[in-house]
Amino acid sequence: MIANVPMEHGLILAALLFALGLIGVLARRNIVFMLMSVEIMLNAVGLAFVVAGARWGQVDGQVMFIFILTMAAAEVSVGLALVLQMHHSFKTLDADAVSKMRG
Amino acid sequence: MNLLFYLSAVVAAISTLLVITRTSAVHALLYLIVSLLSVALIFFSLGAPFVAMLEVLIYAGAIMVLFVFVIMMLNLGGEAAEQETQWLNPGIWKGPSILCVLLAIELVCTFTMEPERLSAAIMVTPKQVGIALLGPYVLGVELASMLLLAGLVGAYHLGRPHKHRSKIEQRS
Repeated sequence: MIANVPMEHGLILAALLFALGLIGVLARRNIVFMLMSVEIMLNAVGLAFVVAGARWGQVDGQVMFIFILTMAAAEVSVGLALVLQMHHSFKTLDADAVSKMRG
Repeated sequence: MNLLFYLSAVVAAISTLLVITRTSAVHALLYLIVSLLSVALIFFSLGAPFVAMLEVLIYAGAIMVLFVFVIMMLNLGGEAAEQETQWLNPGIWKGPSILCVLLAIELVCTFTMEPERLSAAIMVTPKQVGIALLGPYVLGVELASMLLLAGLVGAYHLGRPHKHRSKIEQRS
C-alpha cells in the first residue's frame, strides 16, 4: 500500500523546498543560517532522487540519496569548523564581514 | 498513505518556511528538525523505509547535533545564562511541538494499520539497497569513504586552536 501520488507532486515539493533553501542562502547573512539553508537544499535534492526512484521502483534513487547524505555530513562538519574559526578570529557571524581575501 | 504524503508535505513546507524566517538560530534549528522528520515520513510513504531511517538517524540526529553543539559553543559570553532561561521559555517550543505532534499522529495511524498492509508498503527493501551499494556502486562507496576521511581531517585541522601561528608571531 504505497502512496500512489503522481510523481509531479513529489517533484513540486522538492522544488519548493529547494527554492526555500535558495532564498535562505541569498537573503540571510548569518553564516549559520546559510549553512542550514544549504542543508535544506541538499535534502530537497535527495527528496527528488527518492521520488524519482520510487516512481520506477528502482534502488538507484535511494543509493544516490545515501551519497548525498554522506556529502552533506562531510560538508557540514567542515563548514561548522570554519564557522568556529570565523567566530574565533572575527568575533562575528556576518558573512559580509569576511568578504575580503588577504593575499 | 496518500494522506500521509500530503500532510507531511504541508508540514515540511511550513516548517522549512519558518526555518528561513527565524531570527534566533535555536528556533530555526527546532523547525529544521521538524522539516527533516516530515521528509522522513514522506520517504516512508513513498515505500522507502531504509532512507527514511537514515534521514532520521543521520540528518535529524547526527548533523543537527553538530549544529546544536556549534550554536552552544558560540554563545560562551556573559549573556549565556540569560539566554538559557530564555530558551526554557515554553513559548518557543509551541510551534515545533504542534508540528511534531501532527507527525507523531500520522506515524501512529500508520503503524496501527493491519500488518499485511504495512509490509506491502515497502517497495525497495534495505537488502536491495545494500546489494546495489556493494554491487554496481562499489566505486561510489569507496569515493564516499575517501570524502568522509577528507572531511574528518579537514574539520580537525580547521577546528584546531592557533597554537603554531601565535608561536611564530611571538618569535618574529
